[in-house]
Amino acid sequence: MSNIIQRNKSEKRFQFYGLLAVGLAIFLLLILLFKIFSTGFSAFNQTYLGVKIQIEKGENLAELDARSTLRKNLRNMFPEAQSRSDKKNLYSLFSPGAYIEFEEMLKAYDGDVIDGYYYFLASDDLDMYFKGTVTRQGNSAGRIKPSQMKFVDEFVKMNLIELQFNRYLLGSADSRNPEMAGILGAIYGSLFAILIAFVTSFPLGVLTAIYLEKLTKQNAFSDLIETNINNLAAVPSIVFGLLGLAIFLNFFELPRSASLVGGLTLGLMTLPTIVIASRSAIKSVPPSIEEASIGLGSSKVQTIFNFTLPLAMPGILTGTIIGIARAIGETAPLLMIGMVAFIVDIPQGPLDASTALPVQIFLWQDSPERAFVERTSAAIIVLLIFLFLLNITAVYLRKKLEKKW
Amino acid sequence: MNKISLFLVLLVMTLPAEARDTIRIVGSSTVYPFATVVAETFGRANNGFKTPIIESTGSGGGLKLFCSGKGPSTPDVTNASRRIKKSEISLCAENGISDIIEHKIGFDGIVVANSNNGPSFNISRKDLYLALAAKVPCGMKDEVTCVNESVTWRDVNSSLPDIKIEVYGPPPTSGTRDAFVELALGGGCNTIPWIKAFKKKDKSSWKKLCYTIREDGRYIETGENDNLIIQKLVSNPNAVGIFGFSFLEQNTDSVKGAVVDGINPTFETIASGEYKVSRSLFFYVKKDHIGSIPGIEEYMAEFMSENAIGDEGYLLDNGLIPMPKTIRAKFQKDSKSLANIQY
Repeated sequence: MSNIIQRNKSEKRFQFYGLLAVGLAIFLLLILLFKIFSTGFSAFNQTYLGVKIQIEKGENLAELDARSTLRKNLRNMFPEAQSRSDKKNLYSLFSPGAYIEFEEMLKAYDGDVIDGYYYFLASDDLDMYFKGTVTRQGNSAGRIKPSQMKFVDEFVKMNLIELQFNRYLLGSADSRNPEMAGILGAIYGSLFAILIAFVTSFPLGVLTAIYLEKLTKQNAFSDLIETNINNLAAVPSIVFGLLGLAIFLNFFELPRSASLVGGLTLGLMTLPTIVIASRSAIKSVPPSIEEASIGLGSSKVQTIFNFTLPLAMPGILTGTIIGIARAIGETAPLLMIGMVAFIVDIPQGPLDASTALPVQIFLWQDSPERAFVERTSAAIIVLLIFLFLLNITAVYLRKKLEKKW
Repeated sequence: MNKISLFLVLLVMTLPAEARDTIRIVGSSTVYPFATVVAETFGRANNGFKTPIIESTGSGGGLKLFCSGKGPSTPDVTNASRRIKKSEISLCAENGISDIIEHKIGFDGIVVANSNNGPSFNISRKDLYLALAAKVPCGMKDEVTCVNESVTWRDVNSSLPDIKIEVYGPPPTSGTRDAFVELALGGGCNTIPWIKAFKKKDKSSWKKLCYTIREDGRYIETGENDNLIIQKLVSNPNAVGIFGFSFLEQNTDSVKGAVVDGINPTFETIASGEYKVSRSLFFYVKKDHIGSIPGIEEYMAEFMSENAIGDEGYLLDNGLIPMPKTIRAKFQKDSKSLANIQY
């Protein structure tokens, strides 16, 4: 037996190792978060260009063609842009979204004369230059050619470039123009899918756990089921995608890419996790409480629903939310059922085609446009916030429902 | 809780296999950036059609889905970064799809690039073959092949830089890899006379010799993600990467394309066909779906319009390289008349 000094020393060492492990984990997490936030933060702002708009009295504003009117006003600002290629270079500084914004502005405008500077969405190339993502080399910067740069310099000189809040990022669905691309469609898709996954897997999972734990006898059959459920929890998620494809798309003929199918597939994937968590939560309810209930004349089912389940609920919910949080981050099963797709329309219900947040991240990080790099990080930030809220909910529910005995 | 799940089960059971009002498109990840732009423009045009839904499944995967049958549960259009194969046409025919409309939309160059801080490469397709193939001719004399043991680029060709061969490129599942192997390595192979002669005798062994990339760690597969390759190149100036021209164009501030066979990869040289490592891009339409799924003809017209794929079309901004006017005109005509594919 070693003496007390040595034992104390080894205890100190062990504590130090533990601290080291935690410190390392926190350090790596901070690096990751720093990288994501420093890249993604700039995506919440967007470059806008000011244009002097002059529309005289007598024009019917709602009927003006936004595209040609905006271009005409632009040419008035730069009378030196005469040749066709010069005009094209000037127009190319704006996003196609600029015309849509102008059209909306004209429709909503109260009054019959417009005279003043208004800001419109700039192209992604200019956005990248103005945010400093691409650096200037001589008279060009990334995809901005010298023939365009001369107009950019004019805008800078006139102080008509500014950053505004990026209302597209959280307000629209996917687009191939990075400056107009958003994740609202993906957020809806994820919400629908998670909701459906929850309402299908939670009752099924909890009932299965109750049955296995309280209502059936321990025999070879229940052992077999138990082993299989444990195995299912470890099956790679892509396999559930194939299952979803075979059952929901090929057999039930549900619409492809719908978040309903995504939710059902993710629900299947979460089911084993919920069963396992619920069983251990039910197991940890003190038998004395159940025996008391039986002793007072309750039936088995009454005991389960009045005492066992409420006492096990914090554990069940924690397990469920961890399972759901894992499902939120999945892309692989969604690939199989067609949710990894370019979808411009925001889904109105679970039967509409939609993507999900991790899918949007996956699609954007593979796009050639530079501006998608920061938007990918921004989408990751939103996904992290999502997960954070879910985990907070889990902690809150556990604290709230926890009963002492 | 029981009621909810019962309701859901009932919902699942009673949903009809509804007719679609949205075009479904699958296929190549290389054509995806172009098809999505067209789809968005098409959807925004206020012609009463919904924006098509596009899945990026890869050329092979897309054609498999496309040929799996007719009806609303199958895709209407598939994109491909290579031409449809005979075997795929017969698979389609087996499943009742006899009429396929072929559209060629333009070219995509494959570039060999490295960091702006690295040396400049002036390389031939033969050098690429000798540097990257698993088996290469042993020395100059006999018509035998050995395992490729070259370590530096200078081992391959004395005019190349004296740095280790370290190439980041796509994995075998990628269409870019298929095209690179066929155009660059196969092209390089054919500059060696005895191997070229060998092709006529035994095509499958020729393919095995010319199309097999070495697996000793000099060629590093980087997943189907060109942005990742560019990041690797930036952090390692001695590394070389293989990816599509559109990614080079977006990242000229950090990487530069190698001169291949004396030709710099630019928009003009790829369009004229001088730059040899480039391929054609396609999309295929199921004729039977025209009429039952709204908007297919209009989508085809939008994609094939001069406005999109012409010499000054909007897809050029996304890196598409237009075809010569005569070829374009032929495919535009075939598209309008819904002509069946000629193979």
